[in-house]
Amino acid sequence: MLTRSFFLKILSGALIFGAWEYAGRTGVNYALPTFLESMKALFDMTMSGLIFEAYADTLRPLAVGVFISSFIGIGIGVWVGLSEKFDWLVSPIFIIMQAAPLAALIPLLIMAYGIGLTSKVFVVCIMAMPVIVLNTSVAVKNTPSSVKEMARSFLGTEKDVILKIIIPAASPVIFAGLRLGVSAGFIGAILAELKITPTGVGDIISYSRMTADYPSMYAAIFSIILLAVLFLNLLEKIENFFFKGNNQGYIS
Amino acid sequence: MSDQTTDNAVSVKNIYKNYGEIEALRDLSLDFPNGQLTSLLGPSGCGKTTLLKIIAGLLPATQGEVFVNGSLVTKPGPDRAFVFQDFALMPWASVLRNVAFGLELRGVNKNEREDIAAKYIKDVGLVGFENSFPHELSGGMRQRVGLARALSVDSPVLLMDEPFSAVDEQTRRKFQEDLLNLVKNENKTFIFVTHSIEEAVYVSDQIAILLPRPSRVSEIIKPKGFRNKDVDSIRKDREYLDTVESIWKSLRTYVE
Ligand SMILES: Nc1ncnc2c1ncn2[C@@H]1O[C@H](COP(=O)(O)OP(=O)(O)OP(=O)(O)O)[C@@H](O)[C@H]1O
Ligand SMILES: [Mg+2]
Repeated sequence: MLTRSFFLKILSGALIFGAWEYAGRTGVNYALPTFLESMKALFDMTMSGLIFEAYADTLRPLAVGVFISSFIGIGIGVWVGLSEKFDWLVSPIFIIMQAAPLAALIPLLIMAYGIGLTSKVFVVCIMAMPVIVLNTSVAVKNTPSSVKEMARSFLGTEKDVILKIIIPAASPVIFAGLRLGVSAGFIGAILAELKITPTGVGDIISYSRMTADYPSMYAAIFSIILLAVLFLNLLEKIENFFFKGNNQGYIS
Repeated sequence: MSDQTTDNAVSVKNIYKNYGEIEALRDLSLDFPNGQLTSLLGPSGCGKTTLLKIIAGLLPATQGEVFVNGSLVTKPGPDRAFVFQDFALMPWASVLRNVAFGLELRGVNKNEREDIAAKYIKDVGLVGFENSFPHELSGGMRQRVGLARALSVDSPVLLMDEPFSAVDEQTRRKFQEDLLNLVKNENKTFIFVTHSIEEAVYVSDQIAILLPRPSRVSEIIKPKGFRNKDVDSIRKDREYLDTVESIWKSLRTYVE
């Protein structure tokens, strides 16, 4: 099973990179370098240490933002799912956050919080948090009532029902929200660097675009996608570790 | 009053239950004698699960009262354990944890509760599946997990909502015999919902026939003569067969 899914991952990777290489060679667009050129640029950046310096900048708002969005987002989501009043009070904020065009909000953020770390963390949170909150609250609301009833009948307290039933039952959907939220957070981190102040990976992207060094630009984009994929895989491992029987759906 | 409370483990007095427009129970009263098995028999949708949940303290009655050993029921208590019609297992927990869950919620420490759970897992015939997850079990096996969970908290009153509906006929007969032994050997009160007339007559000290919605008790039947016979000859007993026949006669009017 494991080797099979691993094989499929390799295969789909090979297909995508092959198509990229092919498109680069046939010259679909003058700005599209081949896959191998981009990999070489990435290798050079790694050897010169440039990429590490860049990530030292980029990861800070990203990590802080994703951390805040995950914990606070899940916390708020659970609360929204449990309390109708809180739902009424809070949900609209996140629905607006999710719907609002981020580019329009950035000038406001800069006015309020300047161009430093705070604004960038905000951008990451605005991207990541709504989907985490909304998924969590929906999952909590949809906990099968029969399992909650079971816990109550065996003398579970309110706290037991939340911690031992609702959260584990909601966890597949919460994790799905986390995955979406984290990916959005990665986009937010790069967006912040492109729109607020060019630092880190965003700086590599905008600088190499200015100098028409397209392989470096694609190398930077590729590296952030790679990092996101690795992180999502880690998240999946964590989920499987904690809730083994859970990804099989509900049985009755 | 006092001797009434010792005779009846559970007393249901003039219960009404409405779900919005739907009137599920109307003025239902029924006593469940201590140490005996009472079956609730009635057409689908007549409110058997509803009644059981009201006794469990999981659902409030619209009107009326339930007493368990003389005290008014307002919420679930350690004196009652529930076997759910839809099993209500936790899909993220192993069989062992599911069975031990009632004890876990009571704060019994891990080693102790797993020892107790292991005993009941053995009783219901699930040895070797302790570490399986519910989705890896058949329907009947899941049902037995729910049964073991209810037995392991050792409550004096057991509320069983069609506990044998998903097991095969052989296992069902074995469980019916086990149930008779439980009733005989342990001083517990069983409230047992079933669709099967034969099963009700076979295992019950008292059978309450419920009418279709809005439900009341239409008849109480107390099979007497064959209760002390050995398990194999009951099914051939004259009174057993007559009782099955007469219950079928009074129920068939609702089927047609
Ligand atoms: N939560 C609910 N909301 C609204 N109506 C309900 C609810 N639960 C049960 N009912 C209604 O109450 C009636 C009795 O339901 P109940 O589940 O108690 O029946 P039952 O006798 O256990 O049936 P079965 O033998 O099929 O399990 C049904 O007609 C059902 O439609
Ligand atoms: Mg029912």
